[in-house]
Amino acid sequence: MAVSEITSLINKDIKLELKQRYAINGILLYVVSTVFVSYLSFNKIVDTTTWNALFWIIMLFASVNAVSKSFVQESLNRQLYYYTLASPQSIILSKIIYNFILMGILSVICLLVFSLLMGEFITNYPLFVTALFLGSFGFASILTMIAAIASRTNNNFALMAVLSFPVVLPLLLTLMKVSRSALNFGTWGENIRYILALLLINVIVIALSYVLFPYLWRD
Amino acid sequence: MTFNFRRNWWKLLGLVLVFYSIIAGFLIKVPDLPVIHESIRNLFFHVVMWFTMMVLFIISLVNSIRFLLKFNMWNDLIASEAVNTGLFFGMLGIVTGMEWATFTWGTPWTNDPQLNGAAVTILAYFAYLVLRRSIDEDSKRGRIAAVYNIFAFVMLVVFIGILPRLATSSLHPATGGNPSTVATMQPVMRLVFYPAIVGWILTSIWILQLRIRYIRLKYRYDNPE
Repeated sequence: MAVSEITSLINKDIKLELKQRYAINGILLYVVSTVFVSYLSFNKIVDTTTWNALFWIIMLFASVNAVSKSFVQESLNRQLYYYTLASPQSIILSKIIYNFILMGILSVICLLVFSLLMGEFITNYPLFVTALFLGSFGFASILTMIAAIASRTNNNFALMAVLSFPVVLPLLLTLMKVSRSALNFGTWGENIRYILALLLINVIVIALSYVLFPYLWRD
Repeated sequence: MTFNFRRNWWKLLGLVLVFYSIIAGFLIKVPDLPVIHESIRNLFFHVVMWFTMMVLFIISLVNSIRFLLKFNMWNDLIASEAVNTGLFFGMLGIVTGMEWATFTWGTPWTNDPQLNGAAVTILAYFAYLVLRRSIDEDSKRGRIAAVYNIFAFVMLVVFIGILPRLATSSLHPATGGNPSTVATMQPVMRLVFYPAIVGWILTSIWILQLRIRYIRLKYRYDNPE
């Protein structure tokens, strides 16, 4: 594992994406249509609890969709080729970082479209953006690992949802607590322990992925 | 076939303790606490199920780790059967809890950190079983299932171990200023509670052993050398 290996793998993923224009456009359309569907069904949201719940549910489904193709978009032969070139640790770390970039774009788009259509309730922007940042990173790391597991099965897309929801819930519930507080005049002081919990979850997931991914990778 | 006491004493002990906990659990005099009253006896049945489930899931975790270290199919078999048995006890835990909650809280299900934790744990392990079904090849199935098992267990420890501590608003007895913690549990209740834990755990390990033997026999029957 080396830093140059990771950066070239991320470069490869970004170039592939820019060439195909598949993931970003798909995500953009997915987010806009889900938000629009909820806009049509809710008309106007009046309370922050519903706003918060709806926002994170849309984020969750959009991220599952975005990350689920991490390991299946490239053919098995090409994966075998990477296997001979790079260490499994660089592969998983590069995929996590790439998915984090993807999730960052996704969360910004989601926030913009959602605020535009559903009304804007955020009172503590720095706190909300911190939650969004840590959430993007957490979603990226957990879902990348689950995508790696699901890609080895016969039924990738259905399993992706089944496997990821129980595992992603601790992160999601903590995120919703922080962001609900950011919608209701919350301060840093009362949220610091949740933010630490989010950081802890991220560290644990990265460490686990680092240790466990080699067992998934060799076939 | 004679009963080999030196090898099988723990099965007998488990059964005796389970029957003792059931009989004594209904007969002993319990402290009359507000709200809970006689339903406190559920401690001997409901709480014990979660202990048993957690022990089985830990057995499964240990075997998954050992499988990844040595690639012995035997460990994978134990891991998956421990999950099957643990889920059975988890379902019993949910049923006994819902019955208790109907009388004490007036509703079988509420939005409570401990209830959510239990529900998510059970969902994750059902997902583990679904994952196993979707892979055909034996060694690959063992490897991938073991990875998911370890990953899910750690995340659930976060979920059950850390997040409820942050919430501090559980409706359960023994949390958030509710009466009856294990620390202040009356000595007479401990006399039933601790034996009940040991008894059910031993019984569950017996069930696990029988399931593993059954699978092995079936395997031998299907693949005669």
